[in-house]
Amino acid sequence: MAVVTIERKVLQKNDEIAQQNRELFQKNGIFVINLVSSPGSGKTSLLERTLEHLKGKVRIAVVEGDVQTDLDAQRVAKLGVPVVQIVTNGGCHLEAKLVQDALSNIDVANVDLLVIENVGNLVCPAGYDLGESMKVVIASTTEGDDKPLKYPAMFRNASVLIINKTDLVPYVNCNLGELKKNALQINANLRVFETSCTTGAGIPEWSEWLRGKTKRT
Amino acid sequence: MHELSIAESIVDIIGDSLARNGGGRVRSVKVRIGELSGVVPESVDFCFKAITAGTSLDGSTLEIEKTHIVALCDDCGKESSVEGLVFRCPKCGGANIKVISGNELQVVEIELDE
Repeated sequence: MAVVTIERKVLQKNDEIAQQNRELFQKNGIFVINLVSSPGSGKTSLLERTLEHLKGKVRIAVVEGDVQTDLDAQRVAKLGVPVVQIVTNGGCHLEAKLVQDALSNIDVANVDLLVIENVGNLVCPAGYDLGESMKVVIASTTEGDDKPLKYPAMFRNASVLIINKTDLVPYVNCNLGELKKNALQINANLRVFETSCTTGAGIPEWSEWLRGKTKRT
Repeated sequence: MHELSIAESIVDIIGDSLARNGGGRVRSVKVRIGELSGVVPESVDFCFKAITAGTSLDGSTLEIEKTHIVALCDDCGKESSVEGLVFRCPKCGGANIKVISGNELQVVEIELDE
């Protein structure tokens, strides 16, 4: 019997490509967010509001990840923003290679902010580095206040928490204080924003903060 | 359900290693999976069996070593295990803690039949 020592990360290949993506982003001075959440929490709606707010102020491009359809890319394209749709055909998360391939369709020399909208899923995207500057996780009030405790890896790996659909708080069983407490218990360094894509509340604060992260301020 | 692609990556890594080490029949594969990796060990095991059936890895087993979440406090230097998902230093109460174990997702070693 022989034992061969390997000690290799299972996702090493993904991490290597993510690093190549990261170097490309740094070279071109692009700030990149990986937008993650469960399905239906409002990733695309928040993105639309953010794009409207930042239009003409920051040069933005978007990579959309979905299991099927290019519906989200169509929504983003309507706002006049360059967008590439990745259809994963059943895959539950984006991988660095998919993003690398999508980047060949983006004029990276003329982008300040790249938003990668991941597949709606609070589990799998947590483990896959895409080369982003930071993960931004959305938790909507309709999901209740216990999501950070149920999906700790995602909230631990994120830098920003956006609590979306705050206009629905009177109608749903979600205690905002409890949601924040749970999130900060998992990750005390989370920067928290509260937004409503329906009323527009909180969109300027979040968008301006994001703008401040880009080179062109 | 990304355990399938995790299992495929494990199979790829084993293939690479066998190619470098002159091949052989794999008896078992030791993998390390952290509590905070977002991966369900039992599902990886299930997927590994499913995709290796009928291949040269058919019959080899996964030995899964699960690791708990351990954190190091940046403020006071205390190393502690994270219990009940409370990411705070039990000594000084600080929240500036670094997770030093629990994120693992690694192929540790393979055991070959002579």
